[in-house]
Amino acid sequence: MTDAEQPGTARADEAPSGRRSSAQGRAEKPGAGKRRIEDAGKAGPGGRSQESARLAARLAVRKTYKLYIGGAFPRSESGRSYAVASSEGEFLANASKASRKDARDAVVAARKAFGGWSGATAYNRGQILYRIAEMLESRRAQFAAELADTGAERPGEVVDAAVDRLVWYAGWSDKIASVAGAANPVAGPYLNLSSPEPTGVVAVVAPDEPLLGLVSVIAPVIVTGNTCVVVASERAPLPSITLAEVLATSDLPGGVVNVLTGSVKELAPWLAAHMDVNAVDLTGVADADLAAECERAAAENLKRVLRPSVPDWSADPGVRRMTAFLETKTVWHPTGV
Amino acid sequence: MFEYAPAPESRDVVDLQPSYGLFIDGEFTDGSGAPFKTINPATEETLAEVATASEADVDRAVRAARRAFGTWSAMPGSERAKYLFRIARIIQERSRELAVLETLDNGKPIREARDVDLPLVAAHFFYHAGWADKLDHAGYGPDPRPLGVAGQVIPWNFPLLMLSWKIAPALACGNTVVLKPAETTPLTALLFAEICRQAELPPGVVNIVTGAGETGAAVVNHPDVDKVAFTGSTEVGRLIARGVAGSGKKVTLELGGKAANIIFDDAAIDQAVEGVVDGIFFNQGHVCCAGSRLLVQESIADELLEALKRRLSRLRIGDPLDKNTDIGAINSAEQLARVRELSAVGEAEGAERWSPACELPDRGFWFPPTIFTNVAQSHRIARDEVFGPVLAMLTFRTPAEAVEKANNTPYGLSAGVWTEKGSRILWMAERLRAGVVWANTFNKFDPASPFGGYKESGYGREGGRHGLEAYLDV
Repeated sequence: MTDAEQPGTARADEAPSGRRSSAQGRAEKPGAGKRRIEDAGKAGPGGRSQESARLAARLAVRKTYKLYIGGAFPRSESGRSYAVASSEGEFLANASKASRKDARDAVVAARKAFGGWSGATAYNRGQILYRIAEMLESRRAQFAAELADTGAERPGEVVDAAVDRLVWYAGWSDKIASVAGAANPVAGPYLNLSSPEPTGVVAVVAPDEPLLGLVSVIAPVIVTGNTCVVVASERAPLPSITLAEVLATSDLPGGVVNVLTGSVKELAPWLAAHMDVNAVDLTGVADADLAAECERAAAENLKRVLRPSVPDWSADPGVRRMTAFLETKTVWHPTGV
Repeated sequence: MFEYAPAPESRDVVDLQPSYGLFIDGEFTDGSGAPFKTINPATEETLAEVATASEADVDRAVRAARRAFGTWSAMPGSERAKYLFRIARIIQERSRELAVLETLDNGKPIREARDVDLPLVAAHFFYHAGWADKLDHAGYGPDPRPLGVAGQVIPWNFPLLMLSWKIAPALACGNTVVLKPAETTPLTALLFAEICRQAELPPGVVNIVTGAGETGAAVVNHPDVDKVAFTGSTEVGRLIARGVAGSGKKVTLELGGKAANIIFDDAAIDQAVEGVVDGIFFNQGHVCCAGSRLLVQESIADELLEALKRRLSRLRIGDPLDKNTDIGAINSAEQLARVRELSAVGEAEGAERWSPACELPDRGFWFPPTIFTNVAQSHRIARDEVFGPVLAMLTFRTPAEAVEKANNTPYGLSAGVWTEKGSRILWMAERLRAGVVWANTFNKFDPASPFGGYKESGYGREGGRHGLEAYLDV
């Protein structure tokens, strides 16, 4: 089993103390306060008031939000960043603003990872997706807090749904071929088999639905063996980088998922035009003109294009997001002696 | 070598009209563009004059298809099926006539039109007829809906077969169509229109508009077309993909290829040689999935090349209507020029060119079967789709190298593997990035078998359960 436990994997109760706090100069949210109390409670008997006092006095160590490329967390090579604010307008962090070079590096990493990932057994890919779900679950509180910052209602339920979505897709890894493949009864002495295969490197523009939407576009792409470069929600990119931390600790090989934060308007056309990208998922492109521009750029090497849509992320996803990035390979074998 | 007496197929079975109109709303009508002549590429004789559909004519056809869509899509699938079964039967009944007409207009050997194209055309209608009332069970959810009006543009290499690949699934799924055949091979499509009348297909369900690239552009760019299906060059496929961007039209593209036909040292050599010949010289190499790159394991390269040359020397080139002919005419002067140009580039880039001694007819468009050796992967002859009877031979040492070279192309339509070792076939098939892989065979087609490419060979599949998706709103 390659999805062995990783030392240093985040525990649920380490998340809040690692995060920013009121020391960043903004009012505490009710949700954030509650989280702190819960976790303080876990810290030990009688810890609540002491812990609160300690936290109030301590300057938090903030997290630097970087990109996720090839399994590493580099800053943008351009040195650019942009300020990310909460739904209430408060400064949260400076996110990396990925450049064209970063996008290229991400494609290179995704291409490099494609052979190994597409060649892994379906069972193995399923195990790793399940492992991602486990890791996400274990950071539930952290994600709930980050989602609360993005303005999500019932953030805890969103995290639950995202975990469940990963579990659902994990189970598809060794079933999609049974559903999308076929033994074709041709009129001749041949065994004729069609099987689905991953299309290659997929550029994904994630929807502005920072966790459930993000997971719902990544999982169907990678569960079948594709690798991807994801452009995170521009408005709320921070959960995507935190999700990258989950991916990095889930035995997912580096490069299978690469996460870029920055300007969708800049990044999407670059990826759509990249000649070593096989497909683009434009789900998160809200601007119709930009989507059309990307589709035109994608024509240059006949990329498969999944056009923008505003799905109900809580609904049954069906298999379309998987089949959109699958090729059908049909092999003819003569029968004879 | 044996001498063969001429064995010409009679062309009396074909009743050629001096001029043909467009088929719109169940009627033959004039086109408002300047008519063009379609010729027999084997003799350069004019076969007929054919109408050119202008943008306004295409609009008429699309409106007719839109009108017909309501009743056709609402018709029970079992009734649509019966129309398709009728069409299949009439194609079988008139298959000799269709085969001869195809050979006259296209230049392909009658043996191929008669034994490959026509049986597959009928089979395609039979196969899809059966789907029309079973779409609920096709894996696209209950009651999958058709898309609407399909605009379809097809090439000249398999005129009637490509028509059947386009029209049969479209109609089975409840769509109506406007189809544009290639300008060099419009005649069997127009005979098919007559077959639709014999089958009493409701007017407007099938519309045929003839013309060149402009007519095709009018079809795919028409705002009331819901679905675009194109088979042809990657270059035009790119234009179409660009053109429909942002329109929401569903698109399937079946484009070019540069297939590797890979021969391992344990392959049955004689069978492999037949497979290579079939792979690249079938239909004069005017086949998108043609095995145009021969990859031979180094240890048997000399032996195989010798056997191949011997076999090529016995191919019979000439009158396509002669039942003994193996290689017919190149479809057009334009295509012949392209084949000549790329072959000249092949020589200029340093590859070694070989053709058997053969006499080519004085009139018509002809190109001898040709092999290039000493080919590097960077040569255009190994990269560009020639779409003619030209084979580029390369060698490899290990299976991994064979995979590397085979996949070193922007195309990904088909590939062939020749080896007696079963596990190696599966290992290779797994790694070849191509939509169709033939193991110890080549150029086999069947309506039940999905066909279509990876990468720049286009997207979508035709045939099988998979092919239905292209014509359903799923």
